[in-house]
Amino acid sequence: MLLSIKNLHASINGKEILRGINLEVNKGEVHAIMGPNGTGKSTLASVIAGREVFEVTEGDITYKGKNLLKLSIEDRAREGIFIGFQYPVEIPGVSITNFMRTAVNEQRKYKGLDPVPAVEFLKMMEENKRLVEIQSNLTNRSVNEGFSGGEKKKNEIFQMAMLEPTLAILDETDSGLDIDALRIVANGVNKLRTKENAFVIITHYQRLLDYIVPDFVHVLFEGRIVKTGHKELAFELEEKGYDWIKKEFE
Amino acid sequence: MTGKMETKLKEIITKERMITLFEKNRKEIFKNDPELVSRLRQKAFDSFTELGFPNIRMEEWRNTDLKEWLGKQYDYHFNPLPGMDVQKIFRCNIPHLDTAVIGQMNGWYVSKDVPLIRLGNGMILGSLAQAFKEYPEITGQHYGKYTGSGKNSLTDLNTAFAQDGIFIYVPDDVHSTKPIQLINVIQHDENIFLQSRNLILLGKNARLSLVHCDDSYNHQASFSNIVTEVHLDEGAYMDHYKLQNLNNDSALISNTEFQLEKDAGLVSNFITLNGGMLRNNTRVLFNGPHGTANIYGLYLMDRKQHIDNHVYVDHASPDCTSVEMFKGIMDENSTGVFNGHVYVRKDAQKTNAYQGNRNILLTDTAKIYSKPFLEIYADDVKCSHGSTTGQLDAESMFYLMQRGIGPESARMLLMFAFADEIVGKISIPELRNRIEDMVKKRLQGDLQICEQCVLHCSTPEHPMEFDIDLSKV
Repeated sequence: MLLSIKNLHASINGKEILRGINLEVNKGEVHAIMGPNGTGKSTLASVIAGREVFEVTEGDITYKGKNLLKLSIEDRAREGIFIGFQYPVEIPGVSITNFMRTAVNEQRKYKGLDPVPAVEFLKMMEENKRLVEIQSNLTNRSVNEGFSGGEKKKNEIFQMAMLEPTLAILDETDSGLDIDALRIVANGVNKLRTKENAFVIITHYQRLLDYIVPDFVHVLFEGRIVKTGHKELAFELEEKGYDWIKKEFE
Repeated sequence: MTGKMETKLKEIITKERMITLFEKNRKEIFKNDPELVSRLRQKAFDSFTELGFPNIRMEEWRNTDLKEWLGKQYDYHFNPLPGMDVQKIFRCNIPHLDTAVIGQMNGWYVSKDVPLIRLGNGMILGSLAQAFKEYPEITGQHYGKYTGSGKNSLTDLNTAFAQDGIFIYVPDDVHSTKPIQLINVIQHDENIFLQSRNLILLGKNARLSLVHCDDSYNHQASFSNIVTEVHLDEGAYMDHYKLQNLNNDSALISNTEFQLEKDAGLVSNFITLNGGMLRNNTRVLFNGPHGTANIYGLYLMDRKQHIDNHVYVDHASPDCTSVEMFKGIMDENSTGVFNGHVYVRKDAQKTNAYQGNRNILLTDTAKIYSKPFLEIYADDVKCSHGSTTGQLDAESMFYLMQRGIGPESARMLLMFAFADEIVGKISIPELRNRIEDMVKKRLQGDLQICEQCVLHCSTPEHPMEFDIDLSKV
């Protein structure tokens, strides 16, 4: 078991968003989490990442056999958790190259490895840029500054490729992407899939799942996972919308 | 040490004490003066006698209190101190930066037996006191012309007392190929009060890069009241860098007065890395059309340090452009002031002016008083200003940490990125690299006053290494 979430409750400013999430993810699996807006999908990603504005009031998260809730934000990342953000932040003045070099080397340091030599690092950058079809000049620019929506999302997948996480959670990576960008992002994910890692894909629509075939599809509604199935469930949701689920559980 | 009684002040500084000191040492102070200098001296002394030291009841000094600094006991010297190993102190330089270095020790030009250097291209560098003697016409045409009298009592005090400083003259059409590095070192076994005076003149279409450093050599307290007059004649261009790395017991009042004639251009960059109390009064006068002045500043303060940047730009002529951008990171109990005043006169149409001040406060106890101010009497102008003060962006911190970067490194990356907007404007690559290193060290809390400052790069053969390599790959 890579990730095990049991009865997770989390709130922000006293308002409960997650109301008892149960989820298990094994290595080699791809999970899709779907659901209407405002039901807690992004909150789940934030709580796993360790964002401090959310308070976990009940439940446990076990990751690689460790109590994840006890780890700092950066140590969760160093243990292989990666969040592809829905709205990646712009950081003026920090170039992607310096950012990635710092991140890669701090992660290596945590694992007791030496910093990656400059030449090898540049090679990694080149390979991964090709993977997500990033033009070479993008990496000399400040992180996400002035990027289009598509460029920001490609940049998230690029970072994921650089950091080689064990558990990647992609939060609405498909939102706002045109069909070409969607294909590129999905290709990136597919190429990075191995038996040793796992993906949780949070999405509102089924269309990304045409490109990334999930092993499991979960429906999150009002802070709980109310339905779990296989990829057919995604088609059903696409066809019927979320209203029938709402009716079932309201 | 001279041991002369009259060179010792050994008392706190008050207006009355300065008046007595002046009267008692009148002979010494006036001894080398040409007539013009004596005349300005007396006039400025009278003005200071009337005005006295600034205090916090004055609008311009509301947030900078000199009381604590004037209240220390200082020595005052009317002659340079003998017996210092000047060669040792001025040996070192910015690595790989090919500059001509001229030095000042406690405000006096360090002569090495040559009080004025004449370069093949006609440039003259050296002691202002000597220039008064040898070039009375040039100095007489400019000295004291850009400071006025009765406007700033500290400038008056300087004009009354100052006996030496640096003189730089670049003749018409001469482009100084090497940057000039002017290093003012304060080194004394006792607390010292000093006032030096610099005069920098660029002829028509002349060009000069000047790196002006204020450094401490030890941890003794000092109070410096320095005035620098700069004249850029028609079409002249100057790159001016002011680097301040003084000990925590140093007070520095740095008055810099720029006058730009038609088509002249100025880039000035004030980098303040350390010091107890620093006040930079920077004044720019556009005395002809089509001038440009870009005034930048970066200050990184902590402990109880105080930085005050007062920038006054007088758009007295049409079609001139001025840009101010000052950025600061304030830690612990430090305090800062930014006061920008752009004055656009009635006939200064087509003026383009921008003032910006951005601050990051790292603690609840750090303070910044920011006041960008536009005073506009012309109607066809483009003027704007902006001021922001905040913390390091929490969203950015989270993003960096989610990638496995620890909070300290994440803070460093963000602070350096913030500072780099100013450092990145340094157009001499070697100097930029050096300042980048110093800024990184400063942000990490590793910058030393003596050993690591621009001058005393103790081991230039060992480039500094950082946990995070922020250098461009």
